[in-house]
Amino acid sequence: MTVQESTAAGRTLTHLQRLEAESIHIMREVMANADNPVMLYSVGKDSACMLHLAKKAFYPSPPPFPLLHVDTTWKFRAMYDLRERAAEEAGMRLLVHKNPEAVEKGINPFDHGGLHTDMWKTDGLKQALTHYDFDVAFGGARRDEEKSRAKERVFSFRTANHRWDPKNQRPELWKLYNARKAKGESIRVFPLSNWTELDIWQYIHLEGIEIVPLYYSAPRPTVIRDGMLLMVDDDRFPLNGEEPVMRSVRFRTLGCYPLTGAVESTAATLPEIIQEMLLTTTSERQGRAIDHDQAASMEKKKQEGYF
Amino acid sequence: MTAAKDAVYVTEDLIASDIDAYLEKHQHKTMLRFITCGSVDDGKSTLIGRLLYDSKMIFEDQLASLERDSKASGTQGQNIDFALLVDGLAAEREQGITIDVAYRFFSTDKRKFIVADTPGHEQYTRNMVTGASTADLAVILVDARQGVLTQTRRHSYLVNLLGIQNVVLAVNKMDLIGYSQERFYEIVKEYSHFAEQIGMTSFLPIPISGLAGDNIVTRSANMPWYQGPPLLSHLEDAPLNVAQMQDAPFRMAVQWVNRPNLDFRGFSGQIGSGSIKPGDAIRVLPSGTTTHVKSIVTYDGDLIGAVAGQSVTLTFADEIDCSRGDVIVQSDAPCEVADQFEATLVWMGEAEMLPGRPYLLKIGTQTMTATVTEPKYEVNVNTLEHLPSRTLGLNAIGVVNISTDRAIPFEAYKDNPDLGGFILIDRISNATVAAGMVHFALRRSQNIHWQALDVDRSAHASAKNQTAKVVWFTGLSGSGKSTIANIVEKKLHAMGKHTFLLDGDNVRHGLNRDLGFTDADRVENIRRVGEVARLMTDAGLIVLTAFISPFRSERRMVRDMMEDGEFIEVFVDTPLAVAEARDVKGLYKKARAGNLKNFTGIDSPYEEPETAELIVNTVDLTAEEAAEKVIAALVGGGV
Repeated sequence: MTVQESTAAGRTLTHLQRLEAESIHIMREVMANADNPVMLYSVGKDSACMLHLAKKAFYPSPPPFPLLHVDTTWKFRAMYDLRERAAEEAGMRLLVHKNPEAVEKGINPFDHGGLHTDMWKTDGLKQALTHYDFDVAFGGARRDEEKSRAKERVFSFRTANHRWDPKNQRPELWKLYNARKAKGESIRVFPLSNWTELDIWQYIHLEGIEIVPLYYSAPRPTVIRDGMLLMVDDDRFPLNGEEPVMRSVRFRTLGCYPLTGAVESTAATLPEIIQEMLLTTTSERQGRAIDHDQAASMEKKKQEGYF
Repeated sequence: MTAAKDAVYVTEDLIASDIDAYLEKHQHKTMLRFITCGSVDDGKSTLIGRLLYDSKMIFEDQLASLERDSKASGTQGQNIDFALLVDGLAAEREQGITIDVAYRFFSTDKRKFIVADTPGHEQYTRNMVTGASTADLAVILVDARQGVLTQTRRHSYLVNLLGIQNVVLAVNKMDLIGYSQERFYEIVKEYSHFAEQIGMTSFLPIPISGLAGDNIVTRSANMPWYQGPPLLSHLEDAPLNVAQMQDAPFRMAVQWVNRPNLDFRGFSGQIGSGSIKPGDAIRVLPSGTTTHVKSIVTYDGDLIGAVAGQSVTLTFADEIDCSRGDVIVQSDAPCEVADQFEATLVWMGEAEMLPGRPYLLKIGTQTMTATVTEPKYEVNVNTLEHLPSRTLGLNAIGVVNISTDRAIPFEAYKDNPDLGGFILIDRISNATVAAGMVHFALRRSQNIHWQALDVDRSAHASAKNQTAKVVWFTGLSGSGKSTIANIVEKKLHAMGKHTFLLDGDNVRHGLNRDLGFTDADRVENIRRVGEVARLMTDAGLIVLTAFISPFRSERRMVRDMMEDGEFIEVFVDTPLAVAEARDVKGLYKKARAGNLKNFTGIDSPYEEPETAELIVNTVDLTAEEAAEKVIAALVGGGV
């Protein structure tokens, strides 16, 4: 980034430089305190940013922890492609966890509704953290995403059962993070807490960070279900005789392809994406089916252990 | 209700016509963090909601749900209730109050803003102090109808205590008092008087209406008599802490030593103050070793210079010792190093402060054990009175002396919050129990060195042909600690060892006769015994102690006073029922009858050791057998 220029020129740090420095500080504090840390990697744009920041935090060493992808087997194919390459380029080990029970039962978003997220993501994450005995997990959540997240700490404690207690959070003063924990407790650390969606996009643009091509507009085979524009990414999508229509679409957020709504768009470059984002009138998470349930749904899911 | 249109906000035309020009402009934004504080009904959430709304940070779907929520549970009738935008957690939404610190984001063409929304409830000093600790500026809200309230004073005191230099007094709800200039100046006058009392040097008063949007983005047509900037313009122009810290001497606390291979050794950290470039002479504290900076390493290439706020990795010209917790400073302008300080504490723990109890203290990037004295005074933040106090409870503020177990580099909080702000952590619960701000060192320990003794502790011990030890017996009253310790001493004596036995009776009648049996006194009792035991080990003795010593933290404190391997904790494990049945001194009977207060096991807790070197069970073993076990362990450890 432009640290060198601005330092020489005006010695004024921009908001992105300060956000970057803060995230790096947080990651290094984790390294100094954790026994067995891991970075949760969802292959989305926030994960891409977080991974990039990790490379910066520990350079010239590679980031001294593995990446963990809690896989649902229903992600877009393009996400799997980038996943392997990104880990290799960072010099990090990639761990992939698929909830064996969900595999066995063939849990999928078409037949099982909410159970799909509960089992693959919520249970899968808990299983993986317990299995590898990770005591600290980095996550890419941001405070601007959703109301209940605005109050979550950077270092967020989970009980041995991976539950979050919003009434019992430690105060975080200055940049002094208290990372001490009891046996069995674990910590979720959110180094991107103070970033906004616009910050993330600007940073990706400035730093030339590789993201999944699905964020860029292209002609893709789509169908409309329950008002959502869905991409038919493989032949597991039950079409019932329907013919997918090629539409110029892109995704503002990435998850399981049958649950992730596309938007019609012609934005094929980062500046165009940012332009579209700034002129758009609906918030990022609206493309995700998971939030639509009820007013405090994210908070409830988080208390239960969803990231 | 429509948003006020103004040039300071996102210029949609530019986004649509030339996104590259827009991005270029927004890449060079700076960032300001501020807090809003005020009483429950002063309209904080409404003001923040208004800032988010006016800066287009609210999307259509959020707005739709806001309109729906406003009708369902809003307090503004058919109008939008901005407060609903920011009141996050479900429980709070039902109660209609915010109960924690929430962070919100918005930006204009000039700046990105992070707002800490802090609650107005009296019992939540903790949250406000947390929000204020990272703020460049504070907006103190006053309801124009109410004027300066007790809450206003409390919040202003805290803002000033946390060292925030830029204060805005936002006199809100001006629309409800007919935009009265007279009322506004009356409030400003009242506040000025108070500000002077607490040593607040300046503040900017702005008459606003968060609900109606007066003097938020543009100067209000309803108050032509107000000539100052609207709130947002002031937020865009206020100075930043990080910029001001660049002019101070260089300081960087080392977070992590970066050693990818044998050829590279870098010291990573975030620069707290000043600036640095290759070739600069630096000093590593507390050791004081000096060298030069060889390079400033980052992922983006080596830098020609770096300033406060940046996270970097430094390499040195010479191979010198430097590790996490050390502070790298400008060689000719080092900071002080000391192990005793005066500081202000804001108590945040549910359990009250225990003077003498060891807590963990985190300052910069290091964590060490520290003890706190009784408060010199507690501050009544409503009246500013200094009150005598023996402790600090939740949300209490007081001035104490702090003593750390080793000398640390620091600066006064007012000069450098990075090296003067600290937290205290409870060693057992791991909770953050206090925020602290260093005033000054009690003695300049950088100039005081231990008198190097010609006959040192190892000389004392080897003259006695033994290794100094502390054998610490802990357990319930009547468990058999003294009996076993006595037998052990006899056996050691028979082996030609030089020993001394400290027990409750011989210490409590002399050295500690001023102490009772409250938790605080028990802590002090053990601290003194620990210090005496340490002096005796310096003299080369094998010290045996027999104290109930019910708290883990104090046993841990004594362990930390000794050299590695010198402290042997023996847990005399006797169930309460057994000890009570023995009741050698008749104490349990008294305690059960209510004639003896704070008796361990009855109405005062005993915390069993988790890491005792030895556990002797006096139900299965006789005292003689237990003593044999202790002797065997000592011989095995090489006394």
